[in-house]
Amino acid sequence: MLQTPNATAGRVAPTAFDLDLRVKSNTAVNGEYRMMVLDAPAHVLEQCQAGQFFNILCPQAGGETPYLRRPMSIYGFYPEKNELHFLYKVGGAGTRAMATLGENDSLTVFGPLGTPFTIEPDWNHLVLVARGVGLATLAPLALEAKRLGRRLTAVCSARHPDYLMSIDLFEGLGAKVVALTDAEGTSAPDNLEKVLEGLIAEGRADAFYTCGSNRILRLLQKLGEAHGIPGQVALEQQMACGIGMCQCCVRKFNRDGKVVNLRVCREGPVFDMAEAIAW
Amino acid sequence: MVDLSVDIAGLKLKNPIMPASGTFSEELAEVFDLEQLGAHVTKTITRDWRDGNPTPRVCEVNGSMLNSIGIPSKGVGAFLEKVVPFFQRYETPLVVSISGNTADEFAALCAEVSVAGVDAIEVNISCPNIEEDGKAFAIRPSSTFEIMQRLRAASPLPLWAKLTPNTGEVPDVARAAEEGGADALVVSNTILSMAIDIHTRQPRLGNLMGGLSGPALKPIALRMAYQCARAANIPVIGCGGISTAEDVIEYLIAGATAVQVGTATFIHPTAMLTILHDLEAWLAAQGIASVSELIGSVIDGEQDIQTSAIAVAQ
Repeated sequence: MLQTPNATAGRVAPTAFDLDLRVKSNTAVNGEYRMMVLDAPAHVLEQCQAGQFFNILCPQAGGETPYLRRPMSIYGFYPEKNELHFLYKVGGAGTRAMATLGENDSLTVFGPLGTPFTIEPDWNHLVLVARGVGLATLAPLALEAKRLGRRLTAVCSARHPDYLMSIDLFEGLGAKVVALTDAEGTSAPDNLEKVLEGLIAEGRADAFYTCGSNRILRLLQKLGEAHGIPGQVALEQQMACGIGMCQCCVRKFNRDGKVVNLRVCREGPVFDMAEAIAW
Repeated sequence: MVDLSVDIAGLKLKNPIMPASGTFSEELAEVFDLEQLGAHVTKTITRDWRDGNPTPRVCEVNGSMLNSIGIPSKGVGAFLEKVVPFFQRYETPLVVSISGNTADEFAALCAEVSVAGVDAIEVNISCPNIEEDGKAFAIRPSSTFEIMQRLRAASPLPLWAKLTPNTGEVPDVARAAEEGGADALVVSNTILSMAIDIHTRQPRLGNLMGGLSGPALKPIALRMAYQCARAANIPVIGCGGISTAEDVIEYLIAGATAVQVGTATFIHPTAMLTILHDLEAWLAAQGIASVSELIGSVIDGEQDIQTSAIAVAQ
C-alpha cells in the first residue's frame, strides 16, 4: 500500500484508506450471522461515522473467486481499542470467503465511505426500526445517540428470537428495546404500526431511522407523512468502486419534484426517508 | 533515475500511466494525490443530460466484470462549470472523453469542450452501449473516417480516438482514424458480452448486454494494440485488463506509448500508484534508462500480421 495517512491528495488529506487489517476474531453470532473484528488504526476509526461502509476485498478462499469488492456497513468502530466490527450474513461468494478467515489472517478494506446518518439538534427521541441484518447498520447510530445524550427506542424485528441481534448492544446503550419476531407472531405490519403509533402518541418519536426492509420503509414513510416526523433510511445497491466513479450503484429518488438517479455509495447510503422510493 | 516520460503526439506526459475513462473521477482525490498520474481522463460525457441504463449496471464474471452503465451525463454545461475547474488545480494534463449519438451532436460537443484547461479530447467512437445492439462509429473504417473528419474540423486540440474490439477490421479502422485526423489511438474499449443468471434465466445486466473489462480482456486488447501500432503511424495508448506493471510492460513492448488502467482501480483504489511504482522499479532493475526504450520493442520477426492472422484463422 503506497497510501499513507500523511500523503496529500491534491490539496487535501485523504479521507478514505485502503488497508490490510489483521483479523482479531471472526466468529458465528448465531446460525446465520458472523461478526468480524479487525485491528484498525485509530486515525481511520476516528473518521468513521454511523451509516458509513467499507468496500471489502474478499479473499480468494474455499474455492470462491469473488472479483469485485463487497460493500459492508460498519457495525462498530472503537478508536480506543483499535477495533472495526462488521456483522454479516453468509450468503454469496464474497461472504462465504470472508467466513473462512481466522485470527491473524489479513483482510483488505477500503473506507470509510459514504454519507452517514445525521441527528438534528432538536431530535431528542430517536426511533430505530430494523429487521435482520439491517440492525447492523443502525448499531453505530445507537452509540452516537448515547454520546449526544438522546433517548432511543430500538424496534428490532427478525424471523426468530435467535436472530434478534444487537439487542444487548442497544440495551447496553440505554435504549428501550421492542423485540418483534415472526415466530412469536409479533412482527406483522399491523402490530409494528401499533407499536410505532404508541411511541408517537407518547411523544417519543422525533425521528425515524431504518435499514433493510422495504415493508418497514413504506410504513415509516406513511407514519412520517401523517405525523410530520422526519427520517433517514440506509439503502443497499450492488457496487463496484464504492466512491462514486463507476456510477453503477444508482437508485431512483424523489428530489425537487423529479425522479432522479443518485449513487448509493456517494449521495448515500443514508438518504432522507421522504425521498426514498420503496422497491 | 529512470525516465518515465512519454510523448503522445506532442503532449508530454511525466509517466505513461493514466486512468481509463469511466473508472476515474474527482472522488479519487480523496484517496491519493492525483498529481502522480501521467494524465487525467474524465468519464465520457454527452452534450445533453442522459440518465444512463437500468440497474443492475455491473456484474462480475470469472476474474473480470461486465458493465452497462449507459453514459449517464449531466451535460456539457455542468461539465465545464464543475469538472474542468476541479482538474485545473493539477499540472497533470486533462483529457476529456466525449461521445455523441449523431455526428452533428458529437462535433458540436467536441468544439464546446475545446477550452482552456483541456489538453486533449478522447473521442469515444466505440462505446458499445450508446447505440442499438452495440453498434458504434468505430465498427467500420468508413464511419470511423467520416466521424473523425467531422471531429477534426471541430477542434484544434489533440484528438485521441478510442477504438472498439467489436470489429473484424482493426487495422483498417486504425488507419481510417488516422486518415480522418486522429492524433492517437486508445486501444481499446470493452468487448460486447453477456451473462445470464441460470436460476432466474434473466440476463444479469439491466441492459441485457454490456462491456467486458478486467484481466479477461487483456489478451484481446493487447492483440489490438499490436495491430494498431503496426497499422497506423500515430501513438497507441493501450487499454484493457491492465492490473500490474507487467501488463503495462507487455503493452509497451507490443507498441503502446502509454496505457490506461481501468477496472483494476475498482479492485484496488491505489492500483495506478502501485503499477507506477513497480514499473519504475522493474526498469531500474533491468538497467533500462527510459521507458520509451520499451515501446514497440516486440521481437516478432517482422511477419506480415495480416497474412499470419489469416493463417491462424484457417
